[in-house]
Amino acid sequence: MKPKLLLENISATYTAGAEPLPVIDALSLHVAPGEFVSLLGPSGSGKSTLLKIAAGLIRPERGRVFLDGREVTGRPARVGYMPQQDLLFPWKTLLQNAALPLLAAGVPREAAYSRVMEMLPVFGLERFAHYYPNQLSGGMRQRAALLRTILVESGLLLLDEPFAALDALTRDKMRDWLLAIWEQFKRSVLFVTHSIDEAIYLSDRVCMISARPGRIILDQPITLPRPRTRQITNEPLFLEYKQKLFASLEE
Amino acid sequence: MKRWANTGTGPNPAAGERQQGRRGAAIRRNLPTAGLLLLLVACWELACRIFEIPPQQLPAPSAIGRAFFENFTILAVQARASLAAAGAGLLMALLLAVLLAVAMDRSPLIKRFLYPLLVISQTVPIYALAPLFLIWFGLGLFSKVVIVSLVCFFPLAVNLVEGLEQVDPEALELLRTMQAGPWLVFRSLQLPSVLPYFFSGLKIAVTYSVIGAVIGEWIGARAGLGVFMLRSLHAFKTAQVFAAIIAVVLLSLLLFKLTELLAWLAMPWNRAGRNNIEEE
Ligand SMILES: Nc1ncnc2c1ncn2[C@@H]1O[C@H](COP(=O)(O)OP(=O)(O)OP(=O)(O)O)[C@@H](O)[C@H]1O
Ligand SMILES: [Mg+2]
Repeated sequence: MKPKLLLENISATYTAGAEPLPVIDALSLHVAPGEFVSLLGPSGSGKSTLLKIAAGLIRPERGRVFLDGREVTGRPARVGYMPQQDLLFPWKTLLQNAALPLLAAGVPREAAYSRVMEMLPVFGLERFAHYYPNQLSGGMRQRAALLRTILVESGLLLLDEPFAALDALTRDKMRDWLLAIWEQFKRSVLFVTHSIDEAIYLSDRVCMISARPGRIILDQPITLPRPRTRQITNEPLFLEYKQKLFASLEE
Repeated sequence: MKRWANTGTGPNPAAGERQQGRRGAAIRRNLPTAGLLLLLVACWELACRIFEIPPQQLPAPSAIGRAFFENFTILAVQARASLAAAGAGLLMALLLAVLLAVAMDRSPLIKRFLYPLLVISQTVPIYALAPLFLIWFGLGLFSKVVIVSLVCFFPLAVNLVEGLEQVDPEALELLRTMQAGPWLVFRSLQLPSVLPYFFSGLKIAVTYSVIGAVIGEWIGARAGLGVFMLRSLHAFKTAQVFAAIIAVVLLSLLLFKLTELLAWLAMPWNRAGRNNIEEE
């Protein structure tokens, strides 16, 4: 089966500073259709840069990007990209924010709004359609941003630490909820995170990226059964994965 | 997903209450200013009476007030002429500023060439050029419109350029991954991010515009508050000069407040109550 996303021998260097900063070094990675892959690694290892390359926002120095088998290197393809900040526009209500990708795809306004309204209950946001982002809590903002991301009609979601800014409790809830959404919509996901627990809990596969310049140093399939509940975090297999990932992070 | 059902109230639960509180606070805040102004006027009045200053030199506030109300109709007519010049000049400045700012935003090359010119243009004393405009464009409305637009152009253009510069690049990237067209990018991102900058430029520009019109009228015009001022000055009716000054101040204040109202209407998200809704 063709991978949904294929990154082939990607190298990237930032040249803005005094001397060139190599950020990614000959990195290859794929995400199969419907697969949930997490990208785990230390801060500054080039994870966000890699997502931007996958989204076509940055052209890599070397290497190629394939989406559904077609090369899209350096061209923004339609992907559900969720940047590290939620980037909800403060001048738009939740409804208007979430409808943006539909409008961008040429859906008429009325149709776009009613589509968003249909989706709001799934995201637990049905009562807040007409609120501005600054009236929403952190968790609600993240859910709104995720709704906007999912409404980009694309089989691929690129999520950059979507829950990093949330408190631990909200974070746990958002994980379960993301899994539920993922199982419902069956998209391929490339998920960036700092948290080993989060990566194991969510993923089919966890890719560990080294410190800068980033390379994949471990590609670990996670065979824990689905649907997953919080008990799973106490299972021996879970702890085994955790130790293995910790060990590779130490190196 | 019932677990995330939230217990929020409407968008603005205590909006009316808060509004009233704000108005009360505004009055309290302006009270010292009003008091000081009143005190000054009182001193002025007393000084004029005690030292018997000739009214041609410095009329008492009471005389100015009388002159203002006696000449109210003529002041209103002249104010309308000045307002026309100010308004038309503002519109022209706005058009120019928007065109230039968008061009500079689109092309870094244009910006590199034009931006320094823009700044230099501001060091040219426009009011000193005013007599030339009179020669080129005549006594009619147009020479005033040119002066006003030159004066108002700068604050508008600079603020627009700055506003466009700080549009969030990450937000632009996000829209690119949605493959949004340029029109959607403009109206959903660029325009709203520029609005606060635009309105701070406009607030400066509207106050400049009235003064610009009046100075243009001093140099030569058939009507306007500037003309009325000059005529009163030549007739040694100093109280009328002051009355005209009051009219200029009132006009500027009016335009300023109107701009504030416009900003309030144009940016509804700024006044949405900030009642963060808690989870569960
Ligand atoms: N636009 C840029 N210009 C120059 N250097 C950059 C730019 N963006 C990122 N960098 C640098 O590249 C390196 C990798 O950045 P990146 O944001 O991809 O890391 P990250 O793995 O996402 O880190 P974090 O986990 O903290 O988000 C960092 O050292 C950063 O300072
Ligand atoms: Mg990052």
